Amino acid sequence: MRVLEAIFLVFINPLFYKITLTAATPLIFASLGGVYSEITGVVNIALEGIMLLGAFTSVVFTWLTGNVWIGVFMAVVSGVALAWFHAWGSIKWAGNQVVLGTALILIAQGITGFLMEPIFGKPGQTDFVGKVEELRIPGLADIPFLGKIIGETSPFVYMAFAAVAFSWWLIYKTKLGLRMRSVGENPEAADTLGINVYGIRYFGVLMSGVWAGLAGAYLSVGEVGHFRELMSGGRGFIALAAMILGNYNPVGAMLASLLFGASSAFANQMQSSSLIHVSATVKPLFDMIPFILTIIVVAGFVGKSHVPKADGVPYEKEA
Amino acid sequence: MYAVEMVNIVKRFPGVLANDHVTVRVKKGEIHAIVGENGAGKSTLMNQLYGLYHPDEGEIFINGEKVVIRGPKDAIKLGIGMVHQHFMLVDTLTVAENVVLGSEPVKGLNFDMKKARQEVKELSEKYGLFVDVDAKIEDIPVGMQQRVEIIKTLYRGANIIILDEPTAVLTPQEVEELFEIMRKLKNDGKTILFISHKLHEVMEISNRITVMRLGKVTGELETSKTNPKEIARHMVGRDVVLRVSKEPHEPKDVIFEIKDLVVKDNRGLTAVNDVSFNVRKGEIVGIAGVAGNGQTELVEAITGLRKIESGHIYFEGKEVAGFTPRQLRELGMSHIPEDRLKHGLIEEFEAYYNIILGQHYRNPFANGAFLNHNNIFKYSEDLMEEFDVRPRKIDHLGGNFSGGNQQKLVVGREIRTNPKFLVVAQPTRGLDVGAIEFIHKQILKMRSLDVGILLISMELEEIFSLSDRILVMYEGEIMGEVKPEETTIEEVGLMMTGHRIEEARRG
Ligand SMILES: Nc1ncnc2c1ncn2[C@@H]1O[C@H](COP(=O)(O)OP(=O)(O)OP(=O)(O)O)[C@@H](O)[C@H]1O
Ligand SMILES: [Mg+2]
Repeated sequence: MRVLEAIFLVFINPLFYKITLTAATPLIFASLGGVYSEITGVVNIALEGIMLLGAFTSVVFTWLTGNVWIGVFMAVVSGVALAWFHAWGSIKWAGNQVVLGTALILIAQGITGFLMEPIFGKPGQTDFVGKVEELRIPGLADIPFLGKIIGETSPFVYMAFAAVAFSWWLIYKTKLGLRMRSVGENPEAADTLGINVYGIRYFGVLMSGVWAGLAGAYLSVGEVGHFRELMSGGRGFIALAAMILGNYNPVGAMLASLLFGASSAFANQMQSSSLIHVSATVKPLFDMIPFILTIIVVAGFVGKSHVPKADGVPYEKEA
Repeated sequence: MYAVEMVNIVKRFPGVLANDHVTVRVKKGEIHAIVGENGAGKSTLMNQLYGLYHPDEGEIFINGEKVVIRGPKDAIKLGIGMVHQHFMLVDTLTVAENVVLGSEPVKGLNFDMKKARQEVKELSEKYGLFVDVDAKIEDIPVGMQQRVEIIKTLYRGANIIILDEPTAVLTPQEVEELFEIMRKLKNDGKTILFISHKLHEVMEISNRITVMRLGKVTGELETSKTNPKEIARHMVGRDVVLRVSKEPHEPKDVIFEIKDLVVKDNRGLTAVNDVSFNVRKGEIVGIAGVAGNGQTELVEAITGLRKIESGHIYFEGKEVAGFTPRQLRELGMSHIPEDRLKHGLIEEFEAYYNIILGQHYRNPFANGAFLNHNNIFKYSEDLMEEFDVRPRKIDHLGGNFSGGNQQKLVVGREIRTNPKFLVVAQPTRGLDVGAIEFIHKQILKMRSLDVGILLISMELEEIFSLSDRILVMYEGEIMGEVKPEETTIEEVGLMMTGHRIEEARRG
């Protein structure tokens, strides 16, 4: 009974919804990154690594310049740089995209771990370097309940939704989007129509660097103001699950990200509920909720969503 | 005035000389047929005209001017359009989107869907190319897909249109419609390059013919001054029997039987409705019918690829409904599928793996978990020799064989398993006259060895020349059973359009 009451209290608390949004934000960005890359036919599991590198880079540059937005910008630059390696290996050299992606994750983990000492003088975690302030939207913040959820929150939350709207438009309403989808579905056909298959794929992968870089910046300077080793914590993979569940559609990926965000917000709120006692031994189980959800989703929906037909298949031109 | 001149074109692939100093001259406004055996190099030649491959030697002139075609983009600019042997469509996009892809109309920053639909509609009406502009490619029949491909070339303003084996996948009615469209295009001043293995089609529609064999041009003929026999002789280098003769052969006991079979299609509609028939040892039962009347589903159900709703399937008297394809194979059933790329072979696999598919797990090709490559190679060499698969390279990739040679690989593989019962669907689709003769002889040889054979074909010629009994299928039902020597093409044609045998007999 106490458990049900605790659950009920979580659901009527605006904080639960606010945390849902902030937890979903990095997933939305990263899953958009996945969408851009995979609809053009390049599997990108490097998202996890790109996020980590983005989180690190933004902290470094925020610390150096004192300006968080320069930090955010540099996160995007580093994301594009890492994505470029992925594009180069998998498009130009037709490498195995899963192997390449895994390698890039390991490289990102290696670089960020290694640079902690020389730059910050200590491993593990940096000091607080600065943080993107929450944005208070006057009229909106005063509305009861709703105001507490979206009236005053990180600008990244608004940016995430704007990015979804932009991406939906780009992918479904412009000729570039049409070409992206055709290249991921049947590159040979696109080629016979004079479409530059490699160019479009490069675009998709580099854009995934932009979005995953932003996701990383949010994790560090967007949310906590410092960098911790391995702080992406598997979110890149959850974002891939969100992309699949969302049927490779930006809006779908957003909805799926919100579901994952809600599950971690729920775990978070239940643990801090005063009605039930969550012991330290059980806590890791709560933290697993989003991952368990991921497994269920991937197992249950993979067959049902339409995977771009040429996803993961390098395109090699004839002589 | 020549619209297209390809002079002394040489194209090599690793170990294959696909085009050996080929010269083709196509006059403006004519329909020029290119015929030749499977693997003669027709598609390769056309792909060079469209910029997908680049000649190693030789020159290309368009409207008298020398050109270098680096890619499809250049070809499109020169007014060349190509409908490929295997369609180049994006299944998940709509017809209109497929047509405009690569040269999309825009309105501001947006892709202008309205204009795209409008333009496709206009072209479609102008040339009588009926298409549903908003349907997705995956939902429309092959015939319409082909019209979409033709509209694609017209949308880009093509004056020279290449049709690589357009009729191989069409029903006779659709072929007539296509010819109607081709005549309209010709009257509009377009030049058409037409590839086909069916000599009667070439005779009907073309003005001139270039014949190829083993990568070389072996003849240039005026259609009005030649005949199918002469063309065939140029193609194959000998006289060809255009229709094999069948020895009488007494069938034995029933090997295969189905009773009251009901099967649904992918959309959940009944595709095979209460069908019953049997096949005896040493007998060929032909199933005639216009494509899409349940033949595909029937074959899939029989071969264990599709689940049945109700009814019985017996193999040597034993119920086998619900058996997996492997179980059926082990009982002695073989299957030559209608779609060689989908169900017949694996494009990324070498010929030798394709040749042993289905037997890969057992002696002599595997010992326990390991493949025995020596045996696999030896067997593959023999098989490719026997079935005259070209090029004779066992490590050639499945997808790199010409269409007809892919078919020979599949046919060879299935026949060499020494089946007791053989299901053959569209065995000669896309094959040249020589190969058809060969495969027909193989099927008749199986019959003389007392194999039971179920033959599904859209080609009435084929059905008539091979079958001992003919069943006609229409909308999932059997319209009647006839013997080829006691019926006429007209009668079967009537049954194919939904007349029961009694009505057809009454005329
Ligand atoms: N990409 C490729 N790589 C290697 N060999 C190839 C490739 N494409 C074609 N070939 C070979 O070149 C030869 C000519 O093939 P092509 O497809 O032009 O024949 P075709 O005349 O169109 O035959 P079909 O009537 O069967 O379609 C064949 O021997 C084929 O195996
Ligand atoms: Mg060909």
